[in-house]
Amino acid sequence: MATLETTDTPGEGAGDGVRRRDFINIAAVSFAGVGAATVLLPLINQMNPSADVLALASIEVDLSAIKEGQAVKTIFRKQPLFIRHLTGAEISAADKVDPSSLRDPQTLEERTVDGKKQWLITMGVCTHLGCVPLGAGEGEIKGEFGGYFCPCHGSSYDTAARIRKGPAPTNLEVPKFAFKSDTVVQVG
Amino acid sequence: MSFPWAKHYAPKHPLMQWIDSRLPLPRLVYNAVGAGYPVPRNLNYFWNFGVLSGAALAIQIVTGIVLAMHYAANGLVAFDSVEHIMRDVNSGWMLRYAHANGASFFFIVVYLHIFRGLFYGSYKAPREMVWLLGLVIFLLMMATAFMGYVLPWGQMSFWGAKVITGLFGALPVVGTPIQTWLLGGFAPDNAALNRFFSLHYLLPFVIAGVIILHIWALHIPGSSNPTGIDVKGPQDTVPFHPYYTAKDGFGLGVFLFLYCAVLFFAPNALGHPDNYIAANPLSTPAHIVPEWYFWPFYAILRAFTVDFILPAKLWGVIAMFGSIILLFFLPWLDKSPVRSGNYRPAFKKFFWLLVIDVLILGWCGGAPAEEPYVMISQLAAAYYFAHFLIILPIVSRMERPLPLPNSITEAVLEKHGNAAA
Repeated sequence: MATLETTDTPGEGAGDGVRRRDFINIAAVSFAGVGAATVLLPLINQMNPSADVLALASIEVDLSAIKEGQAVKTIFRKQPLFIRHLTGAEISAADKVDPSSLRDPQTLEERTVDGKKQWLITMGVCTHLGCVPLGAGEGEIKGEFGGYFCPCHGSSYDTAARIRKGPAPTNLEVPKFAFKSDTVVQVG
Repeated sequence: MSFPWAKHYAPKHPLMQWIDSRLPLPRLVYNAVGAGYPVPRNLNYFWNFGVLSGAALAIQIVTGIVLAMHYAANGLVAFDSVEHIMRDVNSGWMLRYAHANGASFFFIVVYLHIFRGLFYGSYKAPREMVWLLGLVIFLLMMATAFMGYVLPWGQMSFWGAKVITGLFGALPVVGTPIQTWLLGGFAPDNAALNRFFSLHYLLPFVIAGVIILHIWALHIPGSSNPTGIDVKGPQDTVPFHPYYTAKDGFGLGVFLFLYCAVLFFAPNALGHPDNYIAANPLSTPAHIVPEWYFWPFYAILRAFTVDFILPAKLWGVIAMFGSIILLFFLPWLDKSPVRSGNYRPAFKKFFWLLVIDVLILGWCGGAPAEEPYVMISQLAAAYYFAHFLIILPIVSRMERPLPLPNSITEAVLEKHGNAAA
């Protein structure tokens, strides 16, 4: 039977031109294909962040030492994180701006948590090409809008870390954060 | 493959006959780069750069393998292990300088090889596949060189990795997950360094494999030549060995002379001093630049400053990759049946404009992103695309080429006669 190639041989097909052998061939190759694709999954997934990298994906910061007008740089997910204690003047400067006039319209409220408007927590990563903006450290220039200034390509951010001038497309990213107490914040 | 008059491999020694009948490897070499491969008799020195590219790859693989014996791909010690190579390992300084400058010289000869192909129409039928495979090699080279530059884990390594993987982050929706996946974290770190080292070791061998395909595809129609006309008979060719092995050997000597001059007298001239500062994720260098061989593409990337439907950053990424993808369509954009630029008066002028344009892009790519460089790179990037998408298709239809010689031999003898007269 194996040597016969005619379709009308009993057992080779149902007379509709489909041979049993074709079915077995397609089924076997498809199954092998699905198997091969399944094997690819761990080979691709191994490149995603490993458990020890993810374990550092959230941090707690004590804010009690940060005075009004000061800012600290810390590290969150291997990238700089800016925590800034805004002054009243900085808050009102940020509130005065009409959000609709901005490239990435957001108010200071939307970028902070309720009742803790003075705590501006953002990534220290310029949204243009990933440089670290200046303005968080003591004595660093803050740019013409009093927030942050990226020395790479001249992006200026205001006191709500919103992009005001320069090539960066969006505001400095605000990570997920929550206050655990009045002085401790968990980021991530 | 090859022409009917190609010499046949006929081993005389019984041992060679014994090998040939069991594993015809010497025969393969004889037919590929020996007397069994007939080559047009009129090749000029621009035809050296294929062999020189192969030599550069060999230098990179040999120096790279020995450097890997001393290098440690771990974020904590990578920078120190490179300094260890420079200061403590016997001849380590020379091997590392040879590898770093070898990358630059690899790109120099490959760029000349590509522009040779552009001028003499080497991408045209029946050699389209040779051109396409060459572009694949070029892309692999760029990936390899980028990852290699990350390995010393200096400031430029780190921030270069951040900026280049950030390009993928510009893609809508899938961008950030892809960037995180490529890096194995949220910023370049140990995971990224390790995988870059693994791939940096792998890709040169992939390149070597594609080079075999590139040469295989070349040997179907045989080499092109400066007149661009087809070989018509045995009088038009000479055997590759000894004629072009000798000519390539001379070119190789000149190449090695220039390479050694830079390697021994100006080893850091093509590098960036900031890469001798260990990577610091909290401090950005004032001016991030890639290696010089990426400058034209970096200029195109940064040329987009205005959002238009898509964000400017994404346009830059699309344009940068597009500038290379475009070259894959070149055989079908240039419809002129005449291959060689020597017989195409209008094409020739635009070719040199393109060369100048790419040099201007390179100059802008290495400069800070401020005026007037931004404006100049915008104009130069626009011209680059216009050359391939507008000028070349129009020129290839409108142009009236000069009369072609009847044969390669006629062209050679005419030139020889003029020189004697």
